Order: sequence, then structure tokens, then C-alpha cells
Amino acid sequence: MASIRLEHLEKTYPGASSPAVDDVNLEIGNGEFVILVGPSGCGKSTILRMIAGLEDITSGDLIIGDAKVNDKAPRDRNLAMVFQNYALYPHLSVYENIAFPLRLKKVDDKEVDERVQRSAGMLELTEFLDRKPSQLSGGQRQRVAMGRALVRDADAYLFDEPLSNLDAKLRGQMRTEISRIQDALEITTVYVTHDQIEAMTLGDRVAVLRKGVLQQVDSPRELYEQPVNLFVAGFIGSPPMNFLPASVEGRKLSLPIGEIELTDELAGQVGDRQILIAGIRPEHFEDASLLDDARRGQGLVFTAEIDVIEWLGSEQYAYIPFEAPDEVKRPLDELATELDSEQIRTQLVVTLDAESRVAAGAPAELWLDPTRMHLFDPESGENLTHGRGVDSPSLASASAGATGRAGSAGAGAATPASTGPAAGSGSSVGSAADRGASAAGHSRGAEPVPPIDSPTDA
Amino acid sequence: MRSSRNRLLWAVGGLVIIVYTMIPVAWIVSLSFKKGDDINNQKFLPTEWSWDNYRTVFDTDLFTSALRNSVGISLIATVISVTLATFAAYAIARLNFRGKKLVLSTALAIAMFPTVALVGPLFDMWRGLGIYDTWLGLIIPYMSFTLPLSIWTLSAFFREIPWEMEQAAQVDGATPWQAFRKVIVPLAAPGVFTAAILTFFFAWNDFVFGISLTATDRSRPVPAALAFFTGESFFQQPTAAISAAAVIVTIPVIALVLVFQRKIVAGLTSGAVKG
Repeated sequence: MASIRLEHLEKTYPGASSPAVDDVNLEIGNGEFVILVGPSGCGKSTILRMIAGLEDITSGDLIIGDAKVNDKAPRDRNLAMVFQNYALYPHLSVYENIAFPLRLKKVDDKEVDERVQRSAGMLELTEFLDRKPSQLSGGQRQRVAMGRALVRDADAYLFDEPLSNLDAKLRGQMRTEISRIQDALEITTVYVTHDQIEAMTLGDRVAVLRKGVLQQVDSPRELYEQPVNLFVAGFIGSPPMNFLPASVEGRKLSLPIGEIELTDELAGQVGDRQILIAGIRPEHFEDASLLDDARRGQGLVFTAEIDVIEWLGSEQYAYIPFEAPDEVKRPLDELATELDSEQIRTQLVVTLDAESRVAAGAPAELWLDPTRMHLFDPESGENLTHGRGVDSPSLASASAGATGRAGSAGAGAATPASTGPAAGSGSSVGSAADRGASAAGHSRGAEPVPPIDSPTDA
Repeated sequence: MRSSRNRLLWAVGGLVIIVYTMIPVAWIVSLSFKKGDDINNQKFLPTEWSWDNYRTVFDTDLFTSALRNSVGISLIATVISVTLATFAAYAIARLNFRGKKLVLSTALAIAMFPTVALVGPLFDMWRGLGIYDTWLGLIIPYMSFTLPLSIWTLSAFFREIPWEMEQAAQVDGATPWQAFRKVIVPLAAPGVFTAAILTFFFAWNDFVFGISLTATDRSRPVPAALAFFTGESFFQQPTAAISAAAVIVTIPVIALVLVFQRKIVAGLTSGAVKG
């Protein structure tokens, strides 16, 4: 096992005008599970291939353990890799596929057999050892590819979208399997995916990439609750965060759904910007009629015409269309293109409790928790509210402390973001300290990150 | 209803083609078993089956030495040609180098060049170089005429092998040569066999070079030697003997195809990647 350090790593393909990977700094600790995630073409696979040695490094340093390995051939780096399409050797049996790396090292037959059997046992492949890859199902092939990596005593294990060719059910199973094996073996792992569920569930830390630039490296929770910019906010979360146009008039922030008063802290951060983008996660809305009065008073209650309702049993999604001015629409459209999701119309997605009786086509009274709102600069995409302690609400309309968890039909209690409701300082110190530590992982190449003031400001 | 009628049509069509292609072969086989004047019996089958012609053919030095030459020259030309083509095709499929297009189009141009146009110059050159009427003198033209086709076939095969196969091998600890030998070549085996068989057939069946670049038994291959066959007497046509010789030289070709047919057809890469 060893750590991997990327220092100012850069990759420019010949003939390309802009780099595919731009000044990426990242340290993957010994035994750590780091996920590289981003939309297609963001350079995540390129980074992985540079680590493996399959792609030349244009500039910057790649350090594995203590040695700089920029110019070493893949075979001298002692890394194991699982490919997206598995890349099994079709002319060899499953046994020989798994044994292949050992055969190349001229390990004696007895040890080969021992290690192949152990690796096959771990992945439940023992009964398939005599078969050829063509006789296996997709999931079995995927496990053989993993077995070929795990049989080795490599310094680190690289996974390039290993589950993307499996169907949804199998993907879920393999996800837990990978997680289990990684925990058990404590192997240094770099895992590339475009699937945010994999990213959020598997990783100790997740690195979000956009056009070759590292945006944010944090624990999944930090990424969800404290995105550094519009891109990360829009990428992480499903259904995605709502982006609403917001205009500032004095101390008032006006949204298409109502007005909120700004706090001193936030007003300072907003500065003289007139137009902002407000980001609110769907689960931070609730059907106002389901809330008790105390809770109602802490948030913004507004009435909106519901366009469509999707009832999922455990919760339901309501869609509310709204108009956005061009200054806001443009960056949002760009973001939508980048995230491969075509923005057909600007609409609000709201997660409501399954109990809610709101109906499509009728106006409904909804409630919004403004402490959870993020404000973004429409030009740079920077999150102006980043670093705001979850426990120090920055919006006047919801004063700190008393939020508590609303009795029965708690607002969106199913999502991780809502697990730390206001309350005093004590309970949140742990996560705040964690945030401080992970903040060191921010890329220097990322878009301007607002300075993070002391996280424990309670 | 419809499918059974379809199948019937297919069967009839297939039968017509088989008859059309097999009759000349059957005719030659039948001729080769006709003894002496029996070739004039005006019947399809011999009146009396006899191995005489085969015995005659194997007793003639002309044929035995020609057979030796043919086997030797064809095999050597095939081995060298396929080996060179494998390396060349791998480079063309995997590397980006200047002049790649030029190499490919030159190869194609060579393949399209009429052989007859080259025979004259080669004859002169070979005499000058002292390789006229030698094995080498035939191996070189066979090799150069089959290389283009082999390169094109093989590079198509190599291109179909996913890059990841080699990359996986390299990450697993293989040197580029090991990756090539242990992963790529076995996967390209159907292509290699196809190229080898095509090359072998070209060399085995060639007549033009065989007759023009040789003068004696030292290097004359079978197709050329057949032209020098004579009957037992001046008045007798050597048709039956030639037929027997033709049957003999057809056997290796059929054997090769039967042996390697499955290799050629089998898509070995199945199961390599997702599917």
C-alpha cells in the first residue's frame, strides 16, 4: 500500500487548444478510497490513466509512495486496474486470467494457485475458474476483472467506471461488494465514475472535476451540504438542486417565490451584486399544511401553482414552473449543457412528504427553509454562502436555535443534508472539524474558493 | 409456410452452386483414375478404376522434385510473409507515425500491379543477381505480392482488438513484447491464419513466376512442372497424369482449409469485453 500524490498535474493532448487536465493537486492517503467524479469529458479517466501510466503526463508530478513515477512504464508502477469494459483475456480461462499478473512475475505454481483461489473465493468465482470469459455473464466478468486486480499485491487499485456496464440491480450489489472489499483490505483506491450515487456511497472523499479542473475535494456530506460553486451544487444531488433567480434590493433578497431578508454576514458577502442565483435543494421545501406553527414561522411560506406531481410512495416530487431573467438563465443553461441534461424549462422541483395532499394544477402552500439556501454569483458561479456553518444560520428570517425536528412529518428527514438541524454547537463540532480538514484538499486550480472562516463559530 | 418455402429455395440455390463448382473437380478426379486410353471412353466415370496415373506421377522425377520445391517455397514464403505482415500490421494499427498512409497505399498499389508486367524485369534482374532458378528467386516475389494483402487483413484484425487488452496486460506487469506475444497475437490468431492461408494459396497456385523465373528441377514448382508433363508415348496425351498430379496438389489445400476453417470463423474475441 502507498499514498498517491498529484502535484500540478496537467495533460494537453497534441493538437488540443486547452488542457484535458489542468493543474490538478490531490493527495490520496494510504488506504483511502477517493472517487473522481464529473460529467463525461471532464478528464477524470485521463487522470486515472495518467496514474496508471497509460497516458503521458504533460507537466506536473505524480508521486506514488515516495518516488516520482512520471516516466515509469505501467508495469513498473505496481498498480492494479479494473477497466470499464473489463479487458479480460478471452483466450485464457478465468483461472489464467486471474493468474496472469502472477505468471508474468514468475511466481511459482503453488503460490499462484493459493492466491488465485483466495481471490476467487473472495469474489465467489471458484466454480467458474475453468470457464472462458465468453461463457460468463456481465456481472461475473466484472468480478473476474476485479479478481485479476485483487490477486496482486499492488500499491494502489484503480477502478475506471467498473460498474457502468451492469444493470441497475447488479450495480447496487457490486457497489456494496467493492465497499466491503475495500474496507476489509484497506487498499488505497482511486475510483472513477460519472454516477453520483457511486461517488456518494463509496468514497471517503470525492473529487469533483469540470473540464479538467478540480472543483472540490471533500467528504460526500461536505460536497452535498457545502458545494463551493454552482457546478458542484448542480452536479451532486438527485433530483438536482433548484436554481432560482434572486435580485437584491437593499437588505431584501427577492425570489420568484417570495422575499427573504439578508443577514449582515450575507449582505457583506453579497457586496454590490444585484443579481444572484439562489440554490435550494428540493428536500428543503415542505408542504406548509403539514408543519406545526412554530416551524412554519421559521421559514418562508409561499403559494405556488403545481404543474406536475410524481408520487413515489416514500416521497413525492412537485414541479413548479417559473420565469427567469436572461442574466440568470444563461449560466443555468450552460450548466445544464455541461451536465448533459437539457434544460427544457425553468422549473422548481420540490420533494414533499408522501402524506402531502397537494394536487397538480392547483395552487399549494409550500414552505421553504431559508437557512439551507445557497447563494451563487451568476458570473463566476462561486458559492457566496460556502463555509457557512450549518449551525449558524445566516439568514435573519430563521433565527438560530429553535428549529428542532418537527414532530411527525419532519421536513425531508430522509436526506443527509437535513440530519443536522440547527441546535447548539456541540453536536456539529465533529462535522465542522472534518470540514476544516478536508478544506485543505481543495484544488489550487479550482475556481476562486471563498476563504473559509473558522468552522466552529458557535 | 413461408419459412419452409424459403428454406427450399435456399437448398436449391445451394445445390446449384455446389454442382456448378464441384463438377470440374469431380471430372479431374474421375480422369485421374482412368487408365491408358480409357480417357476417351466418353463416359463420366472410368470403366475401370486404376491407380496407374498416380504411380506414374510419383515415379517421375519432374513431379517429385516439383512437389518438394512447391512445398518448400510456399511454406517459407508464407512464414516470412506472415511474420513480417504481423509486425507491420500491428505497427499500422497501433502507432501513429509519419507516412503511415503512404505505407498503406503503396502496399495496396503493389497488390494491384499486374504480375505479368513484372515478370520481364524480374527475369533480367534475377539473372544479374544470380538468383534465377533458385528458391529465393521465387520466395521474394511471392512474399512481396502477398504482404500487402496480409498487412491489410491483419491490421483490420488488430484494430478490432480493444486497446484495453494491451493496456490491461501492461498494467498487469507485461512488457510491450510480452503483451504482444501473450495477448495480442493469440487474439489475432484467426487473422494470422487467414493471412497465412491466403499467402500459402497464392504461392502454391502461382504459375506465371513459377514458369518464368525457373529453368530446371532445382526450383520449378508443381503448376509449372505440370506444363512439362509428357505422355507415355509421343502420341499419347498426358491428360490423365496431369489430372492425377492436379488432384495431389489440391489435397493440401483442402486439408488446410478444413483444419483452419474453424479457427478462421471463430470470433476469438468474444467475451473479452462487455457483451
